[in-house]
Amino acid sequence: MTQKRRIGVFICHCGGNISDYVDVAAVREAVSDMGEVAFAETSMFACSDGTQQDMIRRIEEENLDGLVVASCSPKLHLTTFRGVSRRAGLNPFQYTQVNIREQCSWAHTDDRVGATQKATGLVRGAVARTAQSSALVPLPVETTPASLVVGGGVTGLRAAIGLADLGLDVHLVERAEQLGGQVASLGATFPDQREGRAMIDELLSELDARAHIAVHTESTITAKSGSFGNYDVTLQGPNGQSVTTRVGSIVVATGAASYVPEPGEFGFGLAGVVTLEDFTRGIESHAGRLHFRGQPVRTVVYVYCVGSRQENGNEYCSKYCCSAAVHASVEAADLDPAVRQYHLYRDIRTYGRHELSYEASRRRGSVYLKYADDDPPVVEMGEGGRLRVLTTDRLTESTPLQIDADVVVLVTGLVPQQNAELTSLLHLPLGSDGFYSEIHPKLRPVETVVDGVLIAGTCQAPKTISESVASGLAAVTQSGAMLMRGVAELDPQVAVVDHDACTWCGACAAVCPYEAISHQVISARDVAVIDPTVCKGCGGCVSYCEAGAIDLLGNTDAQVRALIENLVEVRA
Amino acid sequence: MASVSHPRILVFSTTNISDPGIDLAGSRHLHYPASVFTLSVPCSSAVRPGWIVDALEHGFDGVFVAADGDECALLADCNQRTARLVSLAQAQLTELGIAPQRVTMAALCSVCAEPFVNHMREFSAKLAALDPAVHAA
Repeated sequence: MTQKRRIGVFICHCGGNISDYVDVAAVREAVSDMGEVAFAETSMFACSDGTQQDMIRRIEEENLDGLVVASCSPKLHLTTFRGVSRRAGLNPFQYTQVNIREQCSWAHTDDRVGATQKATGLVRGAVARTAQSSALVPLPVETTPASLVVGGGVTGLRAAIGLADLGLDVHLVERAEQLGGQVASLGATFPDQREGRAMIDELLSELDARAHIAVHTESTITAKSGSFGNYDVTLQGPNGQSVTTRVGSIVVATGAASYVPEPGEFGFGLAGVVTLEDFTRGIESHAGRLHFRGQPVRTVVYVYCVGSRQENGNEYCSKYCCSAAVHASVEAADLDPAVRQYHLYRDIRTYGRHELSYEASRRRGSVYLKYADDDPPVVEMGEGGRLRVLTTDRLTESTPLQIDADVVVLVTGLVPQQNAELTSLLHLPLGSDGFYSEIHPKLRPVETVVDGVLIAGTCQAPKTISESVASGLAAVTQSGAMLMRGVAELDPQVAVVDHDACTWCGACAAVCPYEAISHQVISARDVAVIDPTVCKGCGGCVSYCEAGAIDLLGNTDAQVRALIENLVEVRA
Repeated sequence: MASVSHPRILVFSTTNISDPGIDLAGSRHLHYPASVFTLSVPCSSAVRPGWIVDALEHGFDGVFVAADGDECALLADCNQRTARLVSLAQAQLTELGIAPQRVTMAALCSVCAEPFVNHMREFSAKLAALDPAVHAA
C-alpha cells in the first residue's frame, strides 16, 4: 500500500447494551491514534436510519476506503452495514463488523475494565484488518430460468407447482412409478381429517394444469455438471433413455422412510403388534364398534418413541410421531367412543396446534402413562391369544400395571432415505443423523453450501406435512430470488492461487471435495486454477499448500495476521 | 474480577456454527474472562498453523480452535483437517520452544453456550498452570 488508508470507525452504544459495560469513549480515544483511522465516533444506535444516513455522508465526505462498525453480532447487521457501504460507493468487502455486544459487553457485565480493554483490542484489530482489505466484486452469473425438483412426494409436488407459478420451467423427477410419496398412503390427518391420498390427488390435478412442469417418473439423475445458475443434469428414464437438461436451481425433496421395528422390539412380529402407519390405515367402524383389519378392538395400547431417542439407534426425536399417534387415538375414539386407549410415553411433544389434539384425546378418555427411559414397557402374548403389556407409570408412585390389549401400536419415527448416489452426485452435506444439512436451521433453512442446490421436506429432518410443505415453499422462494432476475451474484470470498508461487503439486486439488481446483498450464508453467463459481470459500485447501500460494479472499493471510497482531499488547 | 490476571486466549471460531454458540453465551450473560478474543473463519480447517504461532508470539497465552464437529456444512471431514493443522502448529511451537499445550481444539455447536464458557474456564486454568513465559527459557 503506497497510499495510507482512510478508515472511518463507528462505535455503538446500543442504547446502554454496550455502553453500560464498555467505556465507548475510551475505545474511541484508543483507536483514534491509529494512522489509518480518518475519524472515530460513537453513536447511540449505529443501525438507526439517522446514523446510517450520517455514515453515508461521512464516507463520501471523508473519501473513506474502509469502514469499521463496532456494534452487535454480524448475524444481525453485517448485511445492513454492507448495504450502507454500497450506497456510499464504498466496496462492501472493505467494511468490517466488530462484535462488541454478544461477544464483549454482554459476556463481561462483571468486568467493565476488562470489557473496555477487550473492545479496544477488537476495534484496533478490525482497523488493522480493514487496512489490509481489498475491493471484492461478486461474480455475475447469468442464470437459467428453470428448476429441477428431485422427489415427487408432497414437498416436491408443492414446490414444483410453486416454481411453475413463478414462471420457471420445472422438471420433476421421481424414481418410483407413481408420484405421491409417503403421504399418498396416509390415513386421516390433522387437523381436517383429510386422507393423504386426497391431498396428493389435489396436488396432481394442480400439477396437470401447469404446462411448464415436465414430470419424469421411474427416473434418476445420473450426471450433473456446470455450476450455480446453470447446472446440466442428465436424467435416465425407465427404458434406459437419457435426457440432459439445463436448470438454474435444484430442489432436493427426497423425503424420509418410516422406521421399521426390529423383530421382537416391543413384541413386533406378534399378531396385533403393528406400526402407527398400519394402524391408521386399517381402522374402521362396524356397527359403531372399532375394528382393525376386520377384527373388533376393545383396547388399544400405544407405545411411543419406538426406535427414537435411543442411545445406540436413532438418537434424534422425530417430533411428528407424538402428534400423529394422539391424532389417531382421537380418530379411533370418534369411530367408537367406548374403545379403551392407553398411551405409554416418555415425553409428549404435541406442540403448536397439536396440543388441541392432545386435549381432545384426553376428553375422549385416553389414558397417558409415563414410562422411564431405562424401564420400557414389555409386550408379550398372554393367555387366550390376547396381547399383554407390562409397564410402570412414573407419575402414580411407579405402580406396575398390566394391560390386556387387542392391538399394540408402535409409534415409530422417520429414518433417512438411502440415497448414496444422489448424495455424492449433488455433493449434498450429510449430518451425523443421516439427514441432509442446511447451512443454518433458522437463518438459512433450505440452502446448502452448494449454491443453487436447496433441500426441503423430510430429507432434512423429520417434519409434519405442513412443515414439509412450508420448507418446500421456502425453496421455491429461494429459487425465485436466485433465478428471476436472470443474473445472480456469487460470493467473491473464495480461494485464489498466486500463480508465481504455485508449483503444482496437486495437494490442493486432492483435498477439494467440490472439484473446484484444476491443473492448467499458464505461461508454460504447471499451476493450480480455482474456479470461483465452484469454490465454496471454506479455505480447507489453504493449509495443504506447502508453497503458501493459496489465499482466501476476505480472510487473507495479511488480513488475519494484521488482526491477530493488534488484539492485545505483547507483555514486556 | 481483574481481567489482567487471566490468560489471554484467542479463539478461532466458525461463522455458521460456533459463532452463534459464542454469541448465545453473551446473550445469556454467561460470564467468561474478558481476556478471551474470538476470530471468525468460514471453517475451522481454514486456519493456517502460522496464525496460531503468530497469536502466541503476539501476546496470547493460548489458542483454542472451535471445530464444527459433525455440523460443518462445508466439509464432511473438517474435524480431521482441523486436527491435522493443530498438530502442524504444535510441531512448529515445539521447535520454537513454546509449549504445545497452549493450543487446543474442541467441537462447539451453534447452541453450545455453556460448553463454550466451560471450555474457556478449563483452558484458562490449564494455561495458568503453565510457566507464564510463553517462550521457555
